[in-house]
Amino acid sequence: MATRDEATAGEIGLRARELADRLARGERRAIAQAISRVEDDTPVGRALLDLVFPRTGGAYRLGVTGPPGSGKSTLVHGLARRLRDGGRRVGVLAIDPTSPFTGGAILGDRVRMTSAAGDEGFFVRSMASRGSTGGVSAATYEASEILEAAGFDWILIETVGVGQAELEVVELTDCVLLVLVPESGDAVQVMKAGIMEIADLFVINKFDREGGDRLQRDLMLAMELSDWRRPGGWTPPVVPAVALREEGLDEILARAEEHRAWLLGDRERLREARAAKLRKRMEVLLNRTLIERTWRGSALRARLDQDLARIAAHELSPYQWVEDALSL
Amino acid sequence: MEEKIRVMVAKPGLDGHDRGAKVVATAFRDAGFEVIYTGLHQTPEMIVDAAIQEDVDILSISVLSGAHMTIFPRLLALLKERGAEEIHVIGGGIIPREDARQLIAQGVGAIFGPGTPTGEAVAYIRDWHAGRKTG
Repeated sequence: MATRDEATAGEIGLRARELADRLARGERRAIAQAISRVEDDTPVGRALLDLVFPRTGGAYRLGVTGPPGSGKSTLVHGLARRLRDGGRRVGVLAIDPTSPFTGGAILGDRVRMTSAAGDEGFFVRSMASRGSTGGVSAATYEASEILEAAGFDWILIETVGVGQAELEVVELTDCVLLVLVPESGDAVQVMKAGIMEIADLFVINKFDREGGDRLQRDLMLAMELSDWRRPGGWTPPVVPAVALREEGLDEILARAEEHRAWLLGDRERLREARAAKLRKRMEVLLNRTLIERTWRGSALRARLDQDLARIAAHELSPYQWVEDALSL
Repeated sequence: MEEKIRVMVAKPGLDGHDRGAKVVATAFRDAGFEVIYTGLHQTPEMIVDAAIQEDVDILSISVLSGAHMTIFPRLLALLKERGAEEIHVIGGGIIPREDARQLIAQGVGAIFGPGTPTGEAVAYIRDWHAGRKTG
């Protein structure tokens, strides 16, 4: 928390190290507090990320995305429980949207993830998108590094309910699972250009409803028509499921494990896949920091307040204003 | 980045009325808080474990079943046991004034009775949070 982080560099380092030690022991309170520090972007949070970075990179990150109401939370919970049964340590990050008007958010994914209580190998954290528009929050990857440092080897990232363009999850994860429902059929044509291309695995959830077969056929056809294979020859499978009744979950996990084996089985392939994503993430990080530093401590805001009325009255050109403001 | 106030709205026990909890959750969201909503039928153990994972500042509990004199002390004990006693517990529901007094003496921050405007709870949380910051 901000006030506790207002401290000297030495103190910050000390606190970060203490938190890192408690993380490594898997203390739940420490994991949770570490995620908050990172989410609030505090000095201790930043120092902590530097400390744990050398120990991260081994976990497998599975992104779960799809339209609102497609059953992402139920599916994530079902998959997490099965992974737990298989002895994996599972961390879940579930993102819900922040209101752009009030800054508040209702994070309701826990309603469907009840079995996290009392199991040291299962950790669920809700995150608000806090102004990010890519389907995840700015600190989602950083939070996943904290989970990894605490010994979680499978990390499931559930995005907000997405439309066509919220694709950022692809840069944070090794495998993207796109959850559709039979009614998504008509949307498939529209979605083809964006979100369909990032899926490594398609799940048609609520398959007991009318239209599932047709969607499955359409997806397979669309894949034949345009080449959606990943470099290295991975063709995204299409798996029917009814997550609420836990049907299809074993098959989904089997396909995810296949993808994992495919990705991890070839060092060069893994290195290439992660390097491309890392580059994108670095650009995002750089952009974010540049924007923050440019605004912070500058008179830009005051200057804009002062000139806005003249721009609105078309007396000042907005383009010229930006040029002038940034060239100072 | 500014520090967000995180509040968990939880509904322990067997009664199936979550309308009040939902009204409160919505009011908190509109106040700019990040609200973790857990749904119905939570045991105190589940609530405390979730509150710890979510690192909330405030745990807001709605009890209509009459079990408040067991639920609140149990929550406080569990939080203490888990080293998370700085999570501030508040409550609402049908709770007689004398019981509320006792619960506050035991460590519950505030109890809001039926018909309390949600703005009161919002103002209480903001004040508490601001006080903790300077304190």
